[in-house]
Amino acid sequence: MLPDKSGHFGTYGGRYVPETLMPALLELEREYNKARKDKAFRRELDYYLANFVGRPTPLFHAARLTKKLGGAKIYLKREDLAHTGAHKINNALAQALLAVRIGKKRIIAETGAGQHGVATATAAALLGLECEVYMGTEDIRRQALNVFRMKLLGAKVVPVDIGSRTLKDAISEALRDWTTNVRTTHYIMGTVFGPHPYPAMVRDFQSVIGKEAYRQILKAEGKLPDLLIACVGGGSNAMGLFFRFMKDKVKMVGVEAGGMGIESGKHAARYAGGSLGVLQGTKSWLLQDDEGQILETHSVSAGLDYASVGPEHSFYRDKGRIEYTYATDDEALASFDLLSRTEGIIPALESSHAVAEAVKRAPKMRKSQVIIVNLSGRGDKDVNQVAEIRGVKL
Amino acid sequence: MTRIENKFAELKDKRRSAFIPYVMAGAPDIETTGKIVLELEKSGADIIELGVPFSDPLADGPTIQRAAIRALRQKTNLKKVFALVNEIRKSSEIPIILMLYYNLIHKYGEERFAGDSAKAGVDGFIVPDLPPEEGKSLAEHCRSRELDLIFLLAPTSDNDRIKLVSKSGGGFIYYVSLTGVTGARESIAAGVEMAVRKIRRMSGRPVCVGFGISTPEQAGEMAKIADGVIVGSAIVGRIEQAAGPEDAVQKAAKFAMELKEGILRAGR
Repeated sequence: MLPDKSGHFGTYGGRYVPETLMPALLELEREYNKARKDKAFRRELDYYLANFVGRPTPLFHAARLTKKLGGAKIYLKREDLAHTGAHKINNALAQALLAVRIGKKRIIAETGAGQHGVATATAAALLGLECEVYMGTEDIRRQALNVFRMKLLGAKVVPVDIGSRTLKDAISEALRDWTTNVRTTHYIMGTVFGPHPYPAMVRDFQSVIGKEAYRQILKAEGKLPDLLIACVGGGSNAMGLFFRFMKDKVKMVGVEAGGMGIESGKHAARYAGGSLGVLQGTKSWLLQDDEGQILETHSVSAGLDYASVGPEHSFYRDKGRIEYTYATDDEALASFDLLSRTEGIIPALESSHAVAEAVKRAPKMRKSQVIIVNLSGRGDKDVNQVAEIRGVKL
Repeated sequence: MTRIENKFAELKDKRRSAFIPYVMAGAPDIETTGKIVLELEKSGADIIELGVPFSDPLADGPTIQRAAIRALRQKTNLKKVFALVNEIRKSSEIPIILMLYYNLIHKYGEERFAGDSAKAGVDGFIVPDLPPEEGKSLAEHCRSRELDLIFLLAPTSDNDRIKLVSKSGGGFIYYVSLTGVTGARESIAAGVEMAVRKIRRMSGRPVCVGFGISTPEQAGEMAKIADGVIVGSAIVGRIEQAAGPEDAVQKAAKFAMELKEGILRAGR
C-alpha cells in the first residue's frame, strides 16, 4: 500500500518542510489514520457528502458529443454538479471535519482558480470555523467572482503579491502562515501535493469520485470503461477518479496545461517540459531551470497553472500505469465552447483540458468502447475571463 | 575536528557565545557580499551564514524573500557562491555555513555539491526544508568530507524530534526561537531558555538560536542562554536600505559591531 511509512511513492513524495511543521504533520498523519478507521467519522462525512455536497454526482452519457465525434461512447462524471461547483468540496469538507476532530479552530488554504478557496470557505462556514485563504494577485484578477464568493462565505482572502502571483506563491504563503500558527490552525491543502500525509489523504478523500463512477458505469454499461480522462494541475480530481480503477484493465490519461505550447516555454506541462525536483514539501516533477530555480508557468486556467504535480502521479507515470499528455489554451477554449453548445454544460477551463483530450481520442476508438471524462468543475467562474479573451465587454 | 567544532571549543574556553550573522549572497551583488563578509569578521563575527537565493523560500519572511529576488536578478547561483567562498578563503579562516533550500542541492547533485563545497572551503549547511528523515544521504556525503549538516529544532519539537535531530548531522543545533518564518520581531518568545537547556542536555551539542533576533539587547539576552546567536533579517534589512554597495558594507559592519557589543556585554 502506497505511500510507504515515510510518505514516499517510490522515489517521489516525502516530507521536505521546516522542522516547525514536522510535529504537526506527524500529528495529522496519526489523526487521519485514526479518523479513517473510525466509523463515526465515516458516517459524519458520508452524511455531509450526501446531504450537503449532493453526492453521488451523476455519470452522464454525453450523447450529442459522442455522436459528433463519431467514436467511443463518452460519459461525463459530473463533479461540476457538486455543491460549490467542483470536486474540491469533497476534500475541503473532509479535512474541515478532521480539523474539528483534532480541535483546530482556524482553517487556512491556498487557492488558484478559487474553487478550493470557495470549497474551504464553504466548509468553514458550515462548521463554524475561522477561515483565511491565500491567493495570488494574478489569480485574484482573473477569478474575481470566486474572490467575492469567498468573502460572502465569511472567509478572509489574503492577496499574495510576490513571485508569479499565482498558485505556487499562494501555497508558500499558506505554508508560512501554518508555520507561524501551527498550534491553532489546520492547513487544508487543496490537492494531492505537499508533504505527507497530504498526497495520500487528499487522494483518499477524492477517491469517492472513482468509487461512484465505478458503480455507475457498471450499472449503465455492464462493463468497465476503456479509458478515463482527467485534467492534472496538482492532480486531485484525476487521482480521485483513477484510484478505484488502478487494478483494473482501464487506460488512464492525465491532461496537463499546454498553455501556448511547449516550445513557447509558456505552459504548465511538467511531464512534457520538466524534471525531478523538490518543491513545497514533496519530491516530484517540476518546471525548473538548470540551477533548480522554479520557473514561472502559464495556463489559461488558473487551476492548472502550477510548476509541480502530485508525487503519486509521477510514480504511476514511471510505472506506465497512467499516461500524461497536454492540451493547449486554444484547444481547451475550443472544448469549452464545444461542450457548452453540444451538451448544455459550460465546463471549467481546467476540465476543458480533459474534454479536449476526449475530442482527440474518441474518434479513433470504436463505438463499442467507453470513455469517462472527469468534468471536475463548472465554468461559471471562467465566463468573465473567456469574455475578456474574446474582447467581449460584459 | 571541523572548523565549526574548533570554533565552539575555542569559544567555550573563552566562555563566550558565538555571533553568527547571516547575509544573502548576491544582494546587492556578489563582490559586495565578499566585502561584507570580511567586514563582518572584523566586526566580531565568529561564524558566517551565507544565504543562497531560491525562487520559493518558504521558511523566510519578506526581508529575506526580497533579498533572494535581488540576488536572483544578479544571476547569483551556487557556482558563483563557491567562487566567492574560495576568494574569501584567501584571507580568512572564518567558518562559513551556506543556508539554502534543498532543491538547489538536489539539482546540483548531492555528491557533487558536497565535493565542490569542500573544495571551495565551505564548512557546513543549513537546509531549512530538509528534516533529518529526508537528509540521510546528504548527511553521508557531508560526513565523508568533514562538512557539518546542521539540522533545526523548533518550539514545536517534542522529545522524539530532539532525539532524532541530536543523532543527525553535525556542527551545532539551530534552535528556531519562534513558530514562524525568518524576520525581525519586537520581542523574543518566552520559553527559549528552557528549550535551549533541554536540547543542550539531551544532545550534548552546542545550541544556537535564530529567527526574530534584531537588536543588540535581544542578541545579548540570547547570548546568556545559547552557545550562539544568529541574526539574519535585521542585517539583510540594513543592507537593503543602504544607499549603495559601499554604504551597505559600512551599515552591515556598524550594526554587526553593535550586535557583538550586545553579546559581549551579556557575558555567559
